[in-house]
Amino acid sequence: MSSSDGILVVMEQTRGAWHKMSWETLAGAQQLGGGMPVTAAVLGHDVGALAAELGGKQIAKAIAVDHALLASYTADACTAALTQLVAAVQPALVLLPHTYQVRDFAPKLATRAGRVLVSDVIRIEAAGDGFVFVRQLFQGKLNGDFRAAGAGPHFASVQAGAYRVDTLAAGSAPVETFAPALDAAQIRARVEEPFRESARAVDLTAAELIVSVGRGIKGRENIGMVEALAQALGAELAASRPICDNGWLPMERQVGSSGQTVSPKVYFAVGISGAIQHQVGMKGAKTVVAINKDPNAPIFEIADYGLVGDLFEIVPALTEEIKKHK
Amino acid sequence: MKVIVAIKQVPSRDSRLRVDGSGRWIDPTDLTAEINEPDAYALEEALQWKEKHGGEVVVLCAGPAGATQTIRDALAKGADRALHIEEENLTAYDSLRLAELLAAAIRAEQPDLVLTGLQSDDLGYGQTGVILAELLGMPHGTIIMQTEKTAAGIRVKRELEDGWFQFVELPLPALLTIQSGINKLRYSTLMGIKKAKSKEIKALTPAALGVTPGGAAPLEKLYAPQRGKQSRLIEGDARKQAAELVEILKHEVRAI
Ligand SMILES: Cc1cc2nc3c(=O)[nH]c(=O)nc-3n(C[C@H](O)[C@H](O)[C@H](O)COP(=O)(O)OP(=O)(O)OC[C@H]3O[C@@H](n4cnc5c(N)ncnc54)[C@H](O)[C@@H]3O)c2cc1C
Repeated sequence: MSSSDGILVVMEQTRGAWHKMSWETLAGAQQLGGGMPVTAAVLGHDVGALAAELGGKQIAKAIAVDHALLASYTADACTAALTQLVAAVQPALVLLPHTYQVRDFAPKLATRAGRVLVSDVIRIEAAGDGFVFVRQLFQGKLNGDFRAAGAGPHFASVQAGAYRVDTLAAGSAPVETFAPALDAAQIRARVEEPFRESARAVDLTAAELIVSVGRGIKGRENIGMVEALAQALGAELAASRPICDNGWLPMERQVGSSGQTVSPKVYFAVGISGAIQHQVGMKGAKTVVAINKDPNAPIFEIADYGLVGDLFEIVPALTEEIKKHK
Repeated sequence: MKVIVAIKQVPSRDSRLRVDGSGRWIDPTDLTAEINEPDAYALEEALQWKEKHGGEVVVLCAGPAGATQTIRDALAKGADRALHIEEENLTAYDSLRLAELLAAAIRAEQPDLVLTGLQSDDLGYGQTGVILAELLGMPHGTIIMQTEKTAAGIRVKRELEDGWFQFVELPLPALLTIQSGINKLRYSTLMGIKKAKSKEIKALTPAALGVTPGGAAPLEKLYAPQRGKQSRLIEGDARKQAAELVEILKHEVRAI
């Protein structure tokens, strides 16, 4: 099944459900493809139905990488299986969604192949005999171009939202099964069932208005000021991760990739820089208002209205103004 | 129990960043530095392990001479000694090369546990720990929010997406990448700062560790991103901004 000029996309599923970012990554591969055949693989046990679904996309081939030891994820089994798959397919480029699971095994996979993974890329261009990968540095304040030249396989993981799922083209592709040789003795981790912390006391997902506070607030003693704004608006209070890490607000008010995903009518981001892990939790908001003293903060990339300035002046003024109008 | 914790010094969070003349890195003039945030949590976790289980905490840092500030601070918080791989230009190494550098220093120490932050605030690769584990032949856990010693090794709580978690047990020696918020950071005490002055910082060089700079996927160009979408900016002093926003919220967004 060798195709040394092609792209191998490693899709992610958990107990039969796709990780949405897999489709974004596949869409990116299709766009990059331009003649490069795209092979899409799904790992797990009894994943034939998922592979058949992949076969309905415009790709050259779908592969079910099937083994009982892939039923629950471990970095050891996943790396061993993919090392064998990459050797069989011989792609020029291996693309993965930059999920928490991919963060866990992809650097290991690339290292085992003696290669370098370019992680969390936002754009990929074919360039000469290789690729240019664009990725963010300094928490989104700057971008960098990374060039990977020469013979593959090159490895890259793709940031959430870098490509749009709705551009994914349908088609009809053959489906194959690949049975990796795995041995239980290779797996060093003993994994337990994933779980969710006790039922969420706060459900932000239904909130119409959310006022969310970030590290710009500087200290616990200032949270009250933002709380007053939320109260005046009749909004739920939420926060970026560092606020919850510091214990200034409870964990269940965290918005982002490891917190809640919200889609209010208006999301007020107060002193929040707009790191990707925060954005994925709130970019579904209909309107985003950002209050930030740094005009170059990444939050302005997704904000509809921007108030550049000191939140310690703007927030009280805004609270007062809203009270006047109610 | 010997714990090695890899820490990195990065530009302070509120820094105004300017690309330097080479177009490949930032201009360090006027920049202050601090410990990479997740690394501070990794250090704290290492110190708590020592308090519970005894042994030694060794800090490992690759970076310029100026990184001694961050190393001294870690010693002041309670680390026993430090290894400083002196390298002025870390960006000359790709993620694999840099991990090879760290791995060479770690091998000589034969630790029971290696901790790193889950990613750096400057490069943000989020890979160093996992590559290290592969190079060292250790099992690893990433995005760790809790650790606990067990008869078989170590049981850790992995953060998954969307509020999910998972416990995983690993045999030792193992490597963990630590997530911010796993513990409560301590401050250094005056006594700690005084003690740190007599603690050992062993200088190592890439040459002595047998690693040369370079790599397969170098950073070619660093630049300010083109913003795809322009926010509508509301100008004026705070009072004027507030008044205009409320008008918009009432009449355009119809949210109040
Ligand atoms: C695996 C992983 C998972 C993560 N999960 C999440 C998650 O679920 N949710 C989340 O939020 N983050 C998450 N993060 C962290 C994320 O990467 C960022 O570090 C975090 O979102 C930054 O929070 P912040 O914007 O509040 O702080 P900062 O990035 O420090 O931004 C503070 C902002 O405040 C502004 N500011 C400062 N002072 C003022 C002032 N006086 N007036 C106005 N503005 C001011 C600054 O200009 C800056 O833009 C995760 C990271 C990783 C690696």
